[in-house]
Parts: sequence; C-alpha cells; structure tokens
Amino acid sequence: MPYALCFLLFMIGLYCAVVKKNMVKIVIGIMVMEYAVNLFLIMLGYRTGGEAPIIDKTHIDPQTGQIIASFISSSVDPLPQALVLTAIVISLGSLALMISICIRTYGEYGTFDITEIRRLRG
Amino acid sequence: MSIPLPVFIAIPLIAAFLLPIFGKKRKAIATFLANLVTILLFVLAISSIGRTDVYEVGKWPIPLGINLVLDGLSSLLLLAISVVSSAAMLFSTRYMEQYTAKSKYLSLFLLMVAGMNGVVLSGDIFNLFVFLEIASLASYALVGFGCGPEELEASFKYMVLGTIASILILFGVGLVYGNTGTLNMAYISKTIQASGLNAGLAFALGLFITGFGLKAALVPFHAWLPDAHPSAPAPISAMLSGILIKTLGIYALARVVFNVFGVSVEVGWLLVVLGILSMVAGAFLAIGQWDLKRLLAYSSISQIGYVILGIGLGATLIAKGANVAWASLAILGGLFHLVNHAVYKSLLFLTSGSVEMSTGTRQMREMGGLAERMPVTRAACTVASASIVGVPPFAGFWSKLILVIAAVQAHLYWVAAIIVFVSLCTLIMYLKVQRYVFLGELPESLQGIKEHGGSMAVAMVFLACLCALMGLLLLVPSLKHNILDPAVGVLIEGLGYSTRIISM
Repeated sequence: MPYALCFLLFMIGLYCAVVKKNMVKIVIGIMVMEYAVNLFLIMLGYRTGGEAPIIDKTHIDPQTGQIIASFISSSVDPLPQALVLTAIVISLGSLALMISICIRTYGEYGTFDITEIRRLRG
Repeated sequence: MSIPLPVFIAIPLIAAFLLPIFGKKRKAIATFLANLVTILLFVLAISSIGRTDVYEVGKWPIPLGINLVLDGLSSLLLLAISVVSSAAMLFSTRYMEQYTAKSKYLSLFLLMVAGMNGVVLSGDIFNLFVFLEIASLASYALVGFGCGPEELEASFKYMVLGTIASILILFGVGLVYGNTGTLNMAYISKTIQASGLNAGLAFALGLFITGFGLKAALVPFHAWLPDAHPSAPAPISAMLSGILIKTLGIYALARVVFNVFGVSVEVGWLLVVLGILSMVAGAFLAIGQWDLKRLLAYSSISQIGYVILGIGLGATLIAKGANVAWASLAILGGLFHLVNHAVYKSLLFLTSGSVEMSTGTRQMREMGGLAERMPVTRAACTVASASIVGVPPFAGFWSKLILVIAAVQAHLYWVAAIIVFVSLCTLIMYLKVQRYVFLGELPESLQGIKEHGGSMAVAMVFLACLCALMGLLLLVPSLKHNILDPAVGVLIEGLGYSTRIISM
C-alpha cells in the first residue's frame, strides 16, 4: 500500500511536469517526482518497529565478539538513507539551477508561460 | 608506473574548483591551467590503454565499498573524452573571449569532464548516477551560458527532460537495490544470474533504457537535443554532441544492458528499432534545416542511431546464440562509429563555431563563398564532411562498412539497405552545407570578414588529422588489438564481467 501511494505521488509529479504550462509549476512537478523517489528509497530500508542501525556495546556478543543476530534482524537498513542524503543534495543543486534559469527567462520574456516562450523551433 | 584510477576524476575536479579563484584579471593563467589539465588527461588516457584495473575506494572491499573499474570499454571512452575535451578546450581559448566570466566557463567545463570520467570508471551503479548528475548539471549550465533568451529557453527544456531522465534512473537504482540488496554492478549481475529477472528488475531495466535513452537523445526522446546543442557555445556543442550523449547515454546503456542485466533477444531488438528510428528520423529532419548548428544537431541524432544499431544487433546475435564472430563485428562497428563520430562531429561543431564567430550568423541562406576567406575552416569542414558521409579513406567509411557487413551476415538485408540509404541522406545534408556555406557567391555584407586563426585553427587541424588517420585504428593490427578489441571483448563477455571483477 505505501508503495502504491508513493508511485501515485510519482505519477502526480510526472503529470504536473508534462501538462502544466507555467515554468515554476513544471519545476514543482519535477521536485514532487524527486521526493516520491526519495520516499521510495527510504521505504526500501524501513522496518516496522526496527531500531536505529548504530552499534554500541550492548549489541556485541561478549563471548564471540560478533554482532548479535537479533540486532541484525531488527535494525533498519542504513544504506538507502545515505543514498537519499546524496540524492537530496543533487536535487537541491538542480532545483537551484532550474529556478535561476526561470528567473532569468522571466527577465528576458516577461512571462512564465511556456506556450509564449517559443523562439526555437524546427 | 600505473597511476591510481581516482586521479582521472580528481585532477579535473580539483582544477574546476581552483580556477574561479583567478577571476577576471588573471584569466590567461586560468586558461593555461585548464588546457594543461585536459592535455594531462589525454596523456594519462593514452598511458592507460590496455590496462585493466580495479580500485577500491578507501580500501573497503566490494560489495561494502565503492569500486572504480578500468577495462577495455572504459579506456576507449576515456581516450575519446580526452581527445574531444583537449580540442574543445584549445578552441575555447580564443572562442570564449566573446563571453564574460571565462574562468567560470572553464570551471564548468572541467566539472563536466570530471563527471564523464567518473561515469566511465564507476563500478557502482549509484556512483554512476552521481557522476552522471555532475556532468549533466554542468552541461545544463553551459547550454544556458550565453544567457540570451534562446539559450535560456533551450537550457530550460534540456534541464526539464534531463532531470526527468535522472529521476527515472534513480528510481531504477532503487528498484535494483530493493530486489538484489547490493549496488555494486558485479554483485547485481551475480544475483541476477543466480535468481533470474523478476518483475521489479524488468521494470528497472525499462526505466534504465528510458532514462539513458533520454540522455542519449534516441528518437522518441530526442526533443531537447536540436534546441540544446545549437544554443550552447560552439566548443560546448562539440563536447555535448561529440561525447556527452555517448558517455551518459550509450556507454551507460551498454554497460547496464550487457554487463549487469544480460542481453536478451527482446532488448536487442528494442535497441535495433530505436537505432533505426533515430537514424532515419534524424537524417530526414536534418536535411530540411537552414540553421547550420541545428542541422549538425539533427545529424548527431542520426549518427547516434548507427551506434545503438550496432550494439543492438550485437546483443540480438549474442542472445540468439549465433556465431560470436558476427556479434563482435556488429559491436565493433557500433563502438568504432562511436569514436569516429566523437571526432568528426566535434570537428564539425568547431568549424561551425569558427564560421559563426567570423560571420555573426548561423543561417546558411545568409552565407556563401566563405571558401576563400576561411581556408583552414573550409579544409577542416570538408575533411569532417567526407568522413561523416563515408568517403573511403576517411574514418566514417570503415565503421559504416563494418556495420553493413555485420547486418548482411545476420541476414538482415533490409537493415543493411537502411544503413546505406541513411548514408545517402547524410551525403545530401553535407553537400548542402558545403554548397551554401563555402561555395557560391560571397554576399556583400560578408566582404570584410576574416578567419580567426591561432588556437582555434590548431584545434581544428588536430581533429582533421585524426579524422583522416582514424582508419588506421582498424587497419593496423596492433592498434586494433590494443584499443578496439578489448572494448568489444567487454561487451561480448556479458555477464562474465561479474566473475572477473569479483575475482580481481
């Protein structure tokens, strides 16, 4: 169920990016898609009732020196969280660039409507 | 002595962040340093030919850590990237004097090179995505570098489609991680071999083909390219058309399809169909263009079709279990065409930049008779046109010949016919370029123009010599054995990639 909702969010973002005529709304649509994918990555590592994947002394078996099995089976997968952090930084960069291009385009054309910004064709 | 692999990424990355320090006052130093970096990368790429190596970042063994892999395919692409970037950088030395903020331009340029080198070397699928985004973001900014209305429009269009492509790729990476539990390409491939493709992985493969296809501007996804490539400054058009779409699109697609997921007949046919569509549609659209750079951009779509056709044909033949010799011939044709196209298309864009700088226009109707005024540009453009059309001694002829032979051997005579037919269309469009730009009457408004020599001429002559000599890469056995064959071997080997990387 959460995966279906996440996919729905992705589709809403895609619809917004493809259909809307306003440049800023297109950017918003792309960011909604980005967040849907980030949410999907987080859900991959999620466990109901799981614990934070931080090892301290109580998680190490004193006899063998190994990490105890119950910790491994109950902790949340930390890798998707690291991926999402990276993905957020990248999307921040592209968002900043997109918005700055929008602002410059508004300065040149005086409108955000992409149907009026059409000097290139062919 | 073998240098560690991260050097290929670290040198341009460090230089990219150092150059803005020089600012406006000392931009000569910045330009010199940037040229030094690209030439150094060229030397390093030559020295790494024939070497296969795996580097574990931070000494973490895979699959815990990230690894960088240098094999035949990577070193072929590294070589192509460094050739095109050295020539484009040399050309920008003089060409970019028209623009302000040159050191920022150089910094973005090197960032793009760092991203592409990273894509080519990465052995980890998420790391590949990160480097792909570094190169893409730098290229979005470079397309809009002129900040005129048309540049901004093209940049926005490119950026929207490029970002959607990146999101699809990230989604695919997530699905792959969810289904295999690893991000290392070798281990993903091992898991897929053990358990086979399930629905989630097949969907991920579809997302990868769409995402990388958008980056490579294959035909249903090509809408951004004819706007973005002409709007960029000429050296950047050369970089984008020459190498960026190949590294981010074709290389990544080939690596994922052949080495990670493994080839199947359906995927092979999909690639062949995409390739033929791109070839035919790109060629037809190019003939009608009157804007010089737009014509070249459409021609890039058509030429990318040849590359993907060769690779797709190889995939189909491997999946059918046909004779490996014919499959490797098809892939050899595709990859050799990739390298050739990198050289001659970047040369054509550089000559278009030289023409535009002298005449101040890109409309072919307003030009004519430039042959006498711009002899070097004219000579370079003729060599490149002859090469792209496939006139025998030049490079383009050999790669197209191999593709035709491979298609005939696979008993796909109609594919061979289409290849020859598209070559004919290419001939028409480049005769048009020669006729309207260089021959005919010189219009009165262009009487006083003169050619810009110096570093621009050096860059063009360098690439023109390569165009004429590229055939040797195929004809001299030792060069073929060291440069092309290992690259073909990597794709033919397919899923054997995983055992090779894991045991290294």
